[in-house]
Amino acid sequence: MKKYLSVFCMSTAVLLSLAGCGTGTSGENGEVVVYNWGEYLDPEVLDIFEEETGIKVIYDEFETNEIMYPKVESGASEYDVICPSDYMIQKMIENDLLAELNFDNMPNAKANIGKQYWEQSQQFDPENKYSVPYCWGTVGILYNKTMVDEPVDSWSILWDEEYKDNILMQDSVRDAFMVALKLNGYSMNSTDVSELETAKNALIEQKPLVQAYVIDQVRDKMIGNEAAIGVIYSGEAIFTQRENPDLEYVIPKEGTNVWIDSWVMTKDSQNKENAEKFIDFMCRPDIALKNFEYITYSTPNDAARDLIEDEDIKNSPVAFVDLSQYSNLETYQYLGEDGDALYNELWKEVKSN
Amino acid sequence: MKNSKSSQRLLSSPYIAWAVIFIIVPLCMVFYYGLTDKTGAFTFENIAAIMSAEHAKALWLSLGLSLISTVICFFIAYPLAMILANMNVNQHSFIVLIFILPMWMNFLLRTLAWQTLLEKTGVINNVLSFLHLPSLNIINTPYAIVLGMVYNFLPFMVLPLYNSLVKIDPNVINAAKDLGANNVQTFFKITFPLSIPGIISGITMVFIPALTTFVISNLLGGSKILLIGNVIEESFTQAGNWHLGSGLSIVLMIFIIVNMVASAIFDKDGEGSAL
Repeated sequence: MKKYLSVFCMSTAVLLSLAGCGTGTSGENGEVVVYNWGEYLDPEVLDIFEEETGIKVIYDEFETNEIMYPKVESGASEYDVICPSDYMIQKMIENDLLAELNFDNMPNAKANIGKQYWEQSQQFDPENKYSVPYCWGTVGILYNKTMVDEPVDSWSILWDEEYKDNILMQDSVRDAFMVALKLNGYSMNSTDVSELETAKNALIEQKPLVQAYVIDQVRDKMIGNEAAIGVIYSGEAIFTQRENPDLEYVIPKEGTNVWIDSWVMTKDSQNKENAEKFIDFMCRPDIALKNFEYITYSTPNDAARDLIEDEDIKNSPVAFVDLSQYSNLETYQYLGEDGDALYNELWKEVKSN
Repeated sequence: MKNSKSSQRLLSSPYIAWAVIFIIVPLCMVFYYGLTDKTGAFTFENIAAIMSAEHAKALWLSLGLSLISTVICFFIAYPLAMILANMNVNQHSFIVLIFILPMWMNFLLRTLAWQTLLEKTGVINNVLSFLHLPSLNIINTPYAIVLGMVYNFLPFMVLPLYNSLVKIDPNVINAAKDLGANNVQTFFKITFPLSIPGIISGITMVFIPALTTFVISNLLGGSKILLIGNVIEESFTQAGNWHLGSGLSIVLMIFIIVNMVASAIFDKDGEGSAL
């Protein structure tokens, strides 16, 4: 639901802001064009940034990495700052779409982002030259305690006949295949055709049990008791629990995806200085805290985490899970053009079945 | 004479510029992408891709669902248009307004509203369970998609039908009755044949948007039902394969052109399409 609404609102907003440019109302210190996930920062933060720096922010949103990529690649929109996920950053680096960041201009980024997150980023940005971690988390199962009696600890519950029409799956190819691959004990970065066939067949087998394939709507539907079990990003879990205390989040024992969404700057950016200012601003502890409180996605900003007053949240096993207790976590890798095409082909077979 | 011609040309130039920029150029681009592969070499592969099992299935499903929706729309709209045409109120604009009014609301919002109505814990099911009636489980099924299509496209069927029905001269009908035809005979011999232009144009205006929709199937079908519109949308947005998306769009255009040729033959005066 949010997808279409936000596309509608954002296109209106972009049109309005473009109209604004035409009449010369861009900020006194120029502007910066930001392309971020839907509802992925506190809008107030943008006002503070504009006020403090005199740089006008033109803000646009996407719903999946796959939707974002062609828009940036075609160069149709002149984005300066984008917030893609790990494997997509790797793809963008490989396809020469990103600019190296000058960390001398970004004191907050260096000082506040925890060391472990820089290390984790090296899986897709080997020298930490292109990206600054913004949010991280896992993908897991959100279930409603009043509808599910048995203990939930495995992806296999998503194949349980008992929950027919009560299961929400992610409508994005990598996340859907991740669940099926992990269930069968394979790597979620597999490009092995027979492993992927197995995963595809599992997804086809699961399809009659699935109520709907959704992305952002998992949150609203789970809060509204519309389904019993959903696949969801950990960052949404705290928000949903706040709205509906019957919900519980678990990381399945077969392992899952640990992801990082990071700020990057495009190669063709016209406002590189402003872009770096924006990214650094996002790393300021008070700003990062504001964003965390608004979107409830785990922040890699250690200084911001220290500022959290609620001890339960600060040490929440959902928001700041100790990853060392899991041995089978992985991060998405870019699979190359052929790999992407293979996944898309198989996903289409699942969807059309 | 010369002057009026050149001023005509001048006046039509904004439209011509509009048509070139927003119709001709995009159409050429669709054909360019549809007939080339990633390297830019000429190929029919993207068009032949419609033969693959998933695409063919999506196309048949789209054709089936839009056909059903069109038929349902027709059977709802025809009696309605006749009632409206016979109401004899001299307030043509008022009737048009009634049907245009819902369209003032955004199409997406109206479809989202159906989602909220049909959901398991939605408004309709709450009312049903309050009355101890069995619940209605059509959300995320083809039924919900047909419902969404009929609801959204019904005005496009009613208006052309109404237009062609009010244009029928009452004297023709009176003459038929004078000559001894009963109501049924009058309808089948006079009213119905004279309303054919409106029928054809109504069918076109419902069938084509229903055939190409991807929003309705996404929102009311829970992304579980893949229509050809969804396949095309996903090749652009998710898979980033513009060539395949354009190739399939060309295939879809063939169905649209067939439909439009048929409507041009039957509706020579274009009266049915006058909204």
